[in-house]
Amino acid sequence: MSNTLEKLKTALLPLVGFAAALTLWQALSMTVSPDLPTPMKTWEESREYVFKPFAKRGEMDQGILRFTWYSLILVAKGYAIALIIGTPIGFLLGLSKGFHSIFDPIIQILRPVSPLAWLPLGLVLFLSAGKQASELGALFTIAICSMWPTVLNTAVGVRSIPQDYINVARALKLSKAQTLMKVLLPATLPYMFTGYRLSLGIAWLVIVAAEMLTGKPGVGGFLWQEYNALNYARIILCILTIGFVGFILDRLMGLVEKRFKTA
Amino acid sequence: MPFLELKEVTKGFGANGSRTEVLRNINLQIEEGEFVAIVGYSGAGKTTLINMISGLASPDSGQVSLGGKPITGPAKDRGIVFQNYSLLPWLTVSENILLAVDQVFPDWPPEKKSHHVASHVAKVNLSHARDKRPAELSGGMRQRVSVARALAMDPQVLLLDEPLSALDALTRATLQDEISRIWQDNRKTVVLITNDPDEGIYLADRIIPLSAGPGATLGPSIPVDLHRPRDRKTLNQLTRFKEIRSQVIDYLLASAPKRTEVQKTLILPDIEPEDLSIPKPLMGGRKQPIRRGDIRRESVEI
Ligand SMILES: Nc1ncnc2c1ncn2[C@@H]1O[C@H](COP(=O)(O)OP(=O)(O)OP(=O)(O)O)[C@@H](O)[C@H]1O
Ligand SMILES: [Mg+2]
Repeated sequence: MSNTLEKLKTALLPLVGFAAALTLWQALSMTVSPDLPTPMKTWEESREYVFKPFAKRGEMDQGILRFTWYSLILVAKGYAIALIIGTPIGFLLGLSKGFHSIFDPIIQILRPVSPLAWLPLGLVLFLSAGKQASELGALFTIAICSMWPTVLNTAVGVRSIPQDYINVARALKLSKAQTLMKVLLPATLPYMFTGYRLSLGIAWLVIVAAEMLTGKPGVGGFLWQEYNALNYARIILCILTIGFVGFILDRLMGLVEKRFKTA
Repeated sequence: MPFLELKEVTKGFGANGSRTEVLRNINLQIEEGEFVAIVGYSGAGKTTLINMISGLASPDSGQVSLGGKPITGPAKDRGIVFQNYSLLPWLTVSENILLAVDQVFPDWPPEKKSHHVASHVAKVNLSHARDKRPAELSGGMRQRVSVARALAMDPQVLLLDEPLSALDALTRATLQDEISRIWQDNRKTVVLITNDPDEGIYLADRIIPLSAGPGATLGPSIPVDLHRPRDRKTLNQLTRFKEIRSQVIDYLLASAPKRTEVQKTLILPDIEPEDLSIPKPLMGGRKQPIRRGDIRRESVEI
């Protein structure tokens, strides 16, 4: 009895939060920010993009899920690069004191740099690539910004492998490669996946900045275009979409992470 | 020539300045097929000693040799049961043992390997749990997996580092019987580290006390000339059992750091506790405030 009540509460309470946010939004647009579209107006302006999510009317006029899809593909590529580069670097940092002393300072300095700062550098780096330059620059930015949690968590994971496991590997005379594959890697997996989840969050965060500056079609590019077109309602649609997709990505990675935690 | 031999072995930890010698002048000779128990205090250096036999650690001076050859590192001819089980938590019981079998018998066909694993799982009565992970097992079950893993390597020497010390008395007795049975089946050379003299006497051919550290060293080697199979119930009534037991315990007690009374003048802060608004019981129940110049007795370990 009280159990069902509890369940009802946990289901209903978030709605209260949403209602409060909507009210605040409505109040803001009616008072201090007259240019901010009201929730109702936002919905009116956005419904076409929501109800025909995969429509393609032009390069920068497409359904919201189609835009999301473009963005996800770009993120997936940049994220993959981040993992492929970040995981081995993390392993080296965790395994070798020397490697750690050499590269940790530079990592600590590069880590807090904002995506907005990396992007111009990315464009410059790939200037010779011509038409591809903006895409490559965006990938570079996503990869370099989202790599750090993977690098650092993997390193911590490797460093916190209990001596016991290493002793087992030594007592069984596992070769270096076997020790890596059969002991170090499985022992580090839970940490690696925590890193992967955090990295995915950042990769998705960066996408908007990247698309805004490169002008590629996607949620971020669409957002920027609608801002320039003074169509503020659709900015809010984009924001909500970005938030929602980010939330789902995090949840999915959380599930994967949990699977490895119990192992 | 003895099968396993430690000659004048010394081992310490720490850099020059803060170095402490853990083991000093260790001499030990073990014949092939012998079951030797080493009993000592916690922290005396028992694990350090067995690590040097397994090859996981090397002595600072002196030699450790097996079959006449110096030990330079771990090898498959020595199976070790670690004090803290050391199973890999992401592998099941069978997989943990298979990892060892894969290493020692790489040329066997897969069916032979899995049969070998299954028979060792059965040997320690864990067939019902063969697909479980260590986290799903009790401490005693984990310990048995660890024993099975070492046995499956079919080593010439079995090194047991307090394999039963984490267990309750009943499980402990059962596993002692299991170890005794397994040893009588295949008569491997066994070095058993334990903190329980009774356990050593019940299982071993010879029992050697390790004195308290730092700078621990092995005491006299005491032969356990009690016929096998030994009966746990009547064993501790035998006069010979009592003799061995008291020899071991006397040696260990005599080696323990002595406590001496020393007189010292301590300069203590001149604070009057009654000035503080803390209620008396919180001050440790002491009635008299301690004043400058008080003389106190202190126990100091020398
Ligand atoms: N890697 C190490 N570095 C520094 N000191 C160590 C190291 N390993 C052991 N020691 C020290 O050596 C001493 C003996 O340790 P050891 O683990 O051999 O004791 P033990 O007899 O096995 O104790 P227990 O019965 O509690 O397992 C301890 O004082 C310990 O602090
Ligand atoms: Mg120990």
